Amino acid sequence: MNPKTLKYILKRLVLAVFTVWVVITVTFFVMHAVPGGPFVGEKAVSPAVQKAMEAKYGLDKPLFTQYTTYLTDVIQLRFGPSLKQRGRMVIDIIGDGLKTSARLGIIAACFALVIGVVLGSVAALRRNTFLDRLIMVLTTAFVSMPSFIMGSLMLVLFSVRLHWLPANGTTAAGLIMPVVALMLSPMSYITRLTRSSMLDVLGQDYIRTAKAKGVSHWKIIFGHALKNSLIPVITYFGPMLAYIVTGSLVVEQIFAVPGIGRAFVSSITNRDYTLIMGTTIVLATFIVIMNLVSDILYKVVDPRINLE
Amino acid sequence: MDASNLKRMSAQINVDDFLPASEEEKEYMVKMRPSTTAFKDGIRRLKKNKIAMISFWIIVIITLSAIFVPMFWPYKYEAMLGMTPGKPVDSSFKNLKPFEYSSTEQALISEGGKVFPHIFGTDANGRDYFIRVVYGTRISLAVGFFASIIVLVIGLTIGAISGYAGGKVDMIIMRIVDIIYSLPDMLMVILLAASMKVTLAQKLEGTVLAKIGTNIISLFIIFALLYWVSMARLVRGQILSLREQEYVLAAQAAGAKGGWVIRKHLLPNCISVIVISTALQIPSAIFTESYLSFLGLGVNAPMPSLGSLASDALNGINSYPFRLVIPAIVISLIVLSLNLFGDGLRDAFDPKLNG
Repeated sequence: MNPKTLKYILKRLVLAVFTVWVVITVTFFVMHAVPGGPFVGEKAVSPAVQKAMEAKYGLDKPLFTQYTTYLTDVIQLRFGPSLKQRGRMVIDIIGDGLKTSARLGIIAACFALVIGVVLGSVAALRRNTFLDRLIMVLTTAFVSMPSFIMGSLMLVLFSVRLHWLPANGTTAAGLIMPVVALMLSPMSYITRLTRSSMLDVLGQDYIRTAKAKGVSHWKIIFGHALKNSLIPVITYFGPMLAYIVTGSLVVEQIFAVPGIGRAFVSSITNRDYTLIMGTTIVLATFIVIMNLVSDILYKVVDPRINLE
Repeated sequence: MDASNLKRMSAQINVDDFLPASEEEKEYMVKMRPSTTAFKDGIRRLKKNKIAMISFWIIVIITLSAIFVPMFWPYKYEAMLGMTPGKPVDSSFKNLKPFEYSSTEQALISEGGKVFPHIFGTDANGRDYFIRVVYGTRISLAVGFFASIIVLVIGLTIGAISGYAGGKVDMIIMRIVDIIYSLPDMLMVILLAASMKVTLAQKLEGTVLAKIGTNIISLFIIFALLYWVSMARLVRGQILSLREQEYVLAAQAAGAKGGWVIRKHLLPNCISVIVISTALQIPSAIFTESYLSFLGLGVNAPMPSLGSLASDALNGINSYPFRLVIPAIVISLIVLSLNLFGDGLRDAFDPKLNG
């Protein structure tokens, strides 16, 4: 690895760490601006109990001390107890939800990638045919459709009207609709990305050279064209995961999937501040890391790209 | 050389060919295209783009009806029909299907009276659903429009300063932009919206702003805080490349000050790029608004927005699925048309992409 690449990676790493720090800091101070602070129960408590609570959670200390304590706690993944789910730690709730959400997200991401690349390549190889136009029209419609709209519409059609699929996302069959709702928009974007970059690659000289040398049609497509046209797709990897994470917040709500998104949304309606803080920080860190990975991968894979 | 060759070399000149051309002949030769500006040229290209034009007319129709329909519609968006003070609640107004009438209205019709139909029926509180959808569209469009303006103003100012000043100022601004850019925007938006809802409500009580609703204001604040960065980046990049042009040097040599150069030379030259990205900002703002409303962090009840209508409809989805389908279709239509129109604008007005 050349020093320039190394320097770039280091620079991005520093930026990512800084971003995560900003996220934690913003979360901390935003939550402190909320009147009453994060540790306010639904019932009115006596001043003595309030004092004891504040002392227990260190709320009586100066703001800066609280902040540094919180920072060290967060680094060790200690987000404290949930305010509304008695006796449960925030990190356990997040951990439980993450299992379901990760499965949902990974399935959606994989489907989006595979189907998107296949459709995009087909559209590019059959350019200006009916198939190409059909794919482009459909992806144009899907790409700007919010996942919660997609999810709700599917719920109406397949579950309420046709009774084909369960409305509840706890079973395996129930995961079909949430996955489709989450993947349609990224899939459409990948299709369009693959199509345009494939068309670009197919016009390159090295494809003509390969053809002239007598390389077989399929070998050109898989060995030369597809490999090179997938490079721009790498850049979309990070944003796609960010989209799926934010999308799953509402999609899990619609289909009652017991994931981290549903925990997050209910924590907002319940004013469960420690859970809001914990979930925001965990998800934000995940998105920042994924963006970092996708950007670095992109620069490493394609040596032509200028690192400035 | 024989005689035949000699004869071939001699030239016969037709004197008529050398007469001066008449006026008609001159006119025939000159092919002038009517003079055009870059703007007119772009409009011509835009008009040729069928998809963009269809999207444009869809947006116009939706916008106009969102503005004007509530003015003459006989029902109000917050009016719960069948709830007259001093009288028992007429619950037959609640949950009407499209084009159904309540029992009081039925009685009136059989007596020969005229009742305006509930095109989309009514909701669980007996409110006319059509006017709620129209009003929700109005709110969503307004939020999208004003949020984009906010983003435009802030991004333009900061980007222009950063690009023109250069040096340390540029570096500091760009580092800030980098950080905000890599923040996961939706999560930050949800966090800010969730907390601001409480904080702002107390601060705004009694002022004019309280009427607009804390959620919409916090939405605007969020846009002002987070979404200006890509606009600032874009403007800065444009200005950096334009700054090196000769006419800027000429203006500076003639004694023009920084603000003048930015306003008179740099901004007009990157206006098309700015307009296009503002146009594309509107659908993303509408998306964000409907997303937040869907989570219950959007506009304050009883004010509807398309997102909150869709989210409310989820409760009665088994009996009244159309209440979800209608706002869902309207949101998709608005976002899709705005995106397609924005793409058309970009194709028509950005000469760098025309290659």
